[in-house]
Amino acid sequence: MSLSLEQVIFVHPNGTRAVNGVNLNIGAGERVAVIGPSGAGKTTLLRLFATALRPTSGALNVLGGDPWRLDRGALRRTRSRIGMVHQAPPIPARQRVVTAVLAGRLGRWPLWKGLASLIYPVDIAGAREMLARMQIADKLFERCDRLSGGQLQRVGVARVLYQRPDLILTDEPVSAVDPALSDHVIGELNREAIARGVTLIASLHAVDLALHWFPRIIGVKAGEIVFDLPPVRITDDMLRDLYASELAVVPTQANEPLSMPAPGIRRKPLCS
Amino acid sequence: MRDPAALPRLALTAVIVLLLWPGFKLTEFDPGVLFDPRNREVMGKFLGTFFPLALSADFLRLLLKSTLETLAIATAGMTIAMTMAFPFSLMVTRSLSVSRIGPGNDAWSGRWLRVPARFALMFFRSIPEIVWALVFVRAVGLGPAAGVLAIGITYGGMLGKVYSEIFESGDTRPTVTLLESGSGRLAAFAYGMLPVALPELVSYTVYRWECAVRASVIMGVVGAGGLGQQMELSMRMLSGGEVSTILIVFLLLVMLADTVSALLRKVTA
Repeated sequence: MSLSLEQVIFVHPNGTRAVNGVNLNIGAGERVAVIGPSGAGKTTLLRLFATALRPTSGALNVLGGDPWRLDRGALRRTRSRIGMVHQAPPIPARQRVVTAVLAGRLGRWPLWKGLASLIYPVDIAGAREMLARMQIADKLFERCDRLSGGQLQRVGVARVLYQRPDLILTDEPVSAVDPALSDHVIGELNREAIARGVTLIASLHAVDLALHWFPRIIGVKAGEIVFDLPPVRITDDMLRDLYASELAVVPTQANEPLSMPAPGIRRKPLCS
Repeated sequence: MRDPAALPRLALTAVIVLLLWPGFKLTEFDPGVLFDPRNREVMGKFLGTFFPLALSADFLRLLLKSTLETLAIATAGMTIAMTMAFPFSLMVTRSLSVSRIGPGNDAWSGRWLRVPARFALMFFRSIPEIVWALVFVRAVGLGPAAGVLAIGITYGGMLGKVYSEIFESGDTRPTVTLLESGSGRLAAFAYGMLPVALPELVSYTVYRWECAVRASVIMGVVGAGGLGQQMELSMRMLSGGEVSTILIVFLLLVMLADTVSALLRKVTA
């Protein structure tokens, strides 16, 4: 079992209840998309999985244990096995792409190796390979503030691919990437998860991407799980209900409102 | 709809004004005194002795030696200050505290280190460098070494505090993210915090170096070498020309610091 939550509640310090009694089990090697309107609690949920937030109450198990019962060293080791792709990649503007990617392994490298890599990058080939998979190998020695938002997001994905985590979490990883490339990036993440048999959980804004690539879809609304189904069993009505707060427009990649009467979404989960 | 922030802002402004006003009263600040005819005459006479400048070859040679000594005091002092400030600022910086995002049970271990470190920095900088210089002049004798030590300690305290403030004020998300993916504190600092803070660190350090040049002059007066000692001699010999030449050298030094700072900022931007 990669992840399990039992009656997990998370209340932000300002009193907002972002996650409201969630029960969930995700097995090793599963690929799950989390969808829902903005403010539904998708990011909070992912941050709970990433052990970045501590549940206010309830039981949380990540990679075979309650992370909040571990001592400092063990928690660090668990965290180094979790890779999180952030929507806005938290990479210093002045950092070079190669450094940003290599930083993915800091959790596993001894300190001297991390520091040595600042003097001369220790694994240029490794960083280049991951960037090539994101189709930005030519940006290897570029500074991150010279990249577009979409390119930077792909650097963030490359960093997590380089990290080789056992649990890949992505929080709207392609919100700034154009549709054709988005498809490629999400496909690449899926291929990585399948090839290495690791768990992939992605929150996605574009519903068509989620339904296309993931065998299991979790709909989240107001901090609760509304449905948890394979894509073939998700009806247009369920999606419309999920996004009822957003003028009943189901968001898709090209940001064209999906006309709901025509069931036009491709549903073809990649076989594993 | 009323702006909910309006009342607190108004109150804050009132408090600031109320706090500032007694300061002027207590210091008997009165700009009128400057323009009093008698005071104007005294000041004019003093300034009159400043010209012509002292430009004899002997004096210029002496001046060059003192200038180099002053630069050396400031630079060596800053090197000591930086070596001291870096570890202290890392200890004090809260964003690097793993216990904030990590297991809550050992949150105390961080505070054990942070509070004494904060206190040490406060102690170093709360005693003015001139007092340290007087102490060290007694300890290591007259000469530049006392100035170096005095600057090292006082400025170490200041740099440590400001470095940690710079670290805190920048975007701490890169650092926290690295900590959240299991990297150690120092690695997270080197990869997440340093690149964010570097331009500000450099420009503040160069500014402090400029201050150190001026401070070394003041300490020269109590016998810690450099331009200040020269200035004190010239003042005592009532040779205004030499004093004004030394002042011009100060101006040039500050301009030099400014240029270096601008250059470094361009390099690190």
